[in-house]
Amino acid sequence: MPYVPHSPEQIREMLEVIGVNSVDDLFAEIPAELRPKSFNLPKGNSEMAVLQKMEQLAARNTTDLTSFLGAGFYDHFIPTAVDALVSRSEFYTAYTPYQPEASQGTLQAIFEYQTAMARLMDLDYANASVYDGGTALYEATLMAVRKTKRRKIIVSEALNPIYRVMLDSYTTNLNLELVTVPHNHGRTNIKSFTAAIDNDTAAVIVQNPNFFGSVNDFTNLFATAHEHKAIAIMSTYPVLQAVLKTPGEMGADIAVAEGQSVGQPLSFGGPYLGIMTCTKELIRQMPGRIAGRTEDSEGRTGYVLTLQAREQHIRRHKATSNICSNQALCALRTLIHLCLLGEEGLHRTALLSIERAHYASERLTAIPGVELFTKGPFGNEFAITLPVNAFEVIDKLTKRGIIPGFPLGRYYEGLENELLVACTEKTTEEQIGIFAEILRGEL
Amino acid sequence: MGTVFKKSVPGREGVWPEKPATKVEYYIPSELLRKGSGMPSLSELDVVRHFTKLSMKNFGVDSNFYPLGSCTMKYNPKFTEQVAALPGFARLHPAISQLKGAGHLCQGALEVIFETERLLSELCGMADFTMHPMAGAHGELTGVMLIAAYHRDKGNKKTKIICPDSAHGTNPASATIAGYEVVSVESHDGIITPEALAEVLDDEVAAVMMTCPNTLGLFEKHLPEIVKMIHDKDALLYYDGANMNAVMGKMRVGDAGFDVVHLNLHKTLATPHGGGGPGSGPVGVCEKLTPFLPISRVKKLEDGQYYLSYDAPKSIGYVAPFYGNFGVYLKAYAYMLRLGREGLIRATENAVLNANYMRKRLEKYFEIPYNRICMHEFVLSAVNQAKNGVRALDVAKALLDKGHHAPTIYFPLIVKECMMIEPTETESKETLDLFINDLIEIAKLSNQNPDFIKNAPVTLPVSRLDETKAARDMVITDDIK
Repeated sequence: MPYVPHSPEQIREMLEVIGVNSVDDLFAEIPAELRPKSFNLPKGNSEMAVLQKMEQLAARNTTDLTSFLGAGFYDHFIPTAVDALVSRSEFYTAYTPYQPEASQGTLQAIFEYQTAMARLMDLDYANASVYDGGTALYEATLMAVRKTKRRKIIVSEALNPIYRVMLDSYTTNLNLELVTVPHNHGRTNIKSFTAAIDNDTAAVIVQNPNFFGSVNDFTNLFATAHEHKAIAIMSTYPVLQAVLKTPGEMGADIAVAEGQSVGQPLSFGGPYLGIMTCTKELIRQMPGRIAGRTEDSEGRTGYVLTLQAREQHIRRHKATSNICSNQALCALRTLIHLCLLGEEGLHRTALLSIERAHYASERLTAIPGVELFTKGPFGNEFAITLPVNAFEVIDKLTKRGIIPGFPLGRYYEGLENELLVACTEKTTEEQIGIFAEILRGEL
Repeated sequence: MGTVFKKSVPGREGVWPEKPATKVEYYIPSELLRKGSGMPSLSELDVVRHFTKLSMKNFGVDSNFYPLGSCTMKYNPKFTEQVAALPGFARLHPAISQLKGAGHLCQGALEVIFETERLLSELCGMADFTMHPMAGAHGELTGVMLIAAYHRDKGNKKTKIICPDSAHGTNPASATIAGYEVVSVESHDGIITPEALAEVLDDEVAAVMMTCPNTLGLFEKHLPEIVKMIHDKDALLYYDGANMNAVMGKMRVGDAGFDVVHLNLHKTLATPHGGGGPGSGPVGVCEKLTPFLPISRVKKLEDGQYYLSYDAPKSIGYVAPFYGNFGVYLKAYAYMLRLGREGLIRATENAVLNANYMRKRLEKYFEIPYNRICMHEFVLSAVNQAKNGVRALDVAKALLDKGHHAPTIYFPLIVKECMMIEPTETESKETLDLFINDLIEIAKLSNQNPDFIKNAPVTLPVSRLDETKAARDMVITDDIK
């Protein structure tokens, strides 16, 4: 039997020590009426047979097409050393560091990750990560609600629609008022957004670059929010944070992000990690794990989980959140990834991605009938207007080996002809050229 | 050991991509730009050495026995890592399935989701499962949201959720975050009695959240009566699956009358927990809750093709960006295929055998507050040792010195000087005996030389750490601002 080590003789010895006759006797307390009505699971298989089956399943997914699909989740290059290092089983097979003396590796890595995230967002503090970017945004919203004791949340329609629908689900039972400010050609409408802020506002939520790829400055918007004592929340894309004006500079109180693009494979939706950073004033509202530096009994530097009085295992129903762990291994991947690239490498990754996207926008908008939809400066992603329905174009191009992007009509009524196109440093000019030529031919 | 930021040498070359042809100002106005991200500059070897050395300061299941109660730290088979890394899975963009005509590009992944849900449904005796929740506590929150949606749909006005005093702290936290008031019910002789439940169970109660076996390792033997009482009030019964490793093939929660269940796949189905995550917390429901499951759901056409259905008007909506932690439950799926029906039953039997063997061998040396046949874990108390000043925390640190991870301590809160031990099925009798003998030696030393125990650990990279200082000084980044 796989992974169970006892010999029959050892089992007999152990039952004797316990003082029962059989293993079945250990389950005597489960009454007959609670016993399973069926347990029709398949028979076990050898490791080889399972691997073969899983290889066949994997082969039924196509990953050899040239893809311009982004929409918040990007295919960046992951240095080989990331996998090599996180594969060390001392990281891989450890648990939440409840015994800090036996978990200094995990704890110091969390501390370093917190430092990297705080620097990237230019805010004071970070937590050890939460499940994903959407969870991070929802938790940030609850931080603002707790801090301000208000219930109105103003959200830009240019925020990733996946996060907007998650926010809807999570707030259904909480008696919060979500106000959505419509976008204007893919840009956050600063004027109408600012006008919506009042003294009942708990939080304003915007994204940079936003879902349409547009790059913004929210400094004035955040200043207005602060005049009304509301909390300014910004969702970001960590790779471009290497070059863009920071949440800290703009005056954000909380910055969150999906960490997938820094070190995680796309993996059909997870596991990813949610990055959360905030100002000093809000740290006690921050959910989740936080590692802190301290000393041992001989004065040596060490790390522990800290500020635990906020957490569910101490405060139970009064905790800041029900989240009881972090995405430790994913956060470690992100940290190692950033260390391998370094200051210069991250800058280059961001700039190459932006360069390729601008080259793609030039090539695509040179096709008759194709126009740039995203107005103003954009980063590594932009939307184009096609003369026909974007879903149909995707269908046709996929058959020719190109996944041309994400159809905005999926989430935005009236934008059925708009296509969101993303590039990373992995996208080549040759691929862009082929994409443009095939699209020209199909239109 | 200095942090990675302290090792940075400006200008040192890391893993750099090619040099861009232009400057960023060419594309984005300079007032929208920053200067310098503060990331360290290191060579690849610098990074490899730093993190290799960090890893050596950690206990993991591959290197140490990890009898952490309620956490089920069993061995994680290696082949499942290879499965998750297959490019056909790892490189698959999650939005691909939402494009018209592209469903055929991810049939393998959709089949994995569909089949994993079927296997878990049979494992638990539930009508349906959703793989969306990204961790156990996230599964709890999803489960409570499902309960709220059910009552709202029926027009029920229910405001409370009951959690036993032995419940995981996440239960009351999840119920509160979903908008409920939490009511506690006390356990008697380690379990919930119908009498105690009757005192708090009224028409306002939306659900009762139970763990069975509970966090003391005991089976809730009044379950049949409790189930009836709860359903008579049109309340739902939630099963916290953290302890599922104790009952695979012995009890199916659906057959036992539970309406909602979450599983912690890293526990029961052996996916590595990576120092605190990622996990995966799928939720199973009985038939009447199926319409409320999160969007989207994988369905199968008659011709065998899989597709994603978004047609669910009563759904609680989106709890995850896509389909949960796919890369994690992929491993759980492969693990279930490997073990099969008999293997899963055997896992439970040996987990329970190991726990009872340890309990019996330790009963002369430690107080055991509920000393009877237990399930996959049991609770010791260090109250006798505490008379000499040796507390559960000290015993835990002394075990670290012996090369074992410590049990869970001070949980459940209802046991004084609590140590909750869960050996799991993958540990050999030799490992159990070594741990038992070391623990007995610590018990003896607590009488003879309590100071020695109180000074533990002495063999690890650091000695006892000052947690008060960490909270008071609050240094949580490497930058002093």
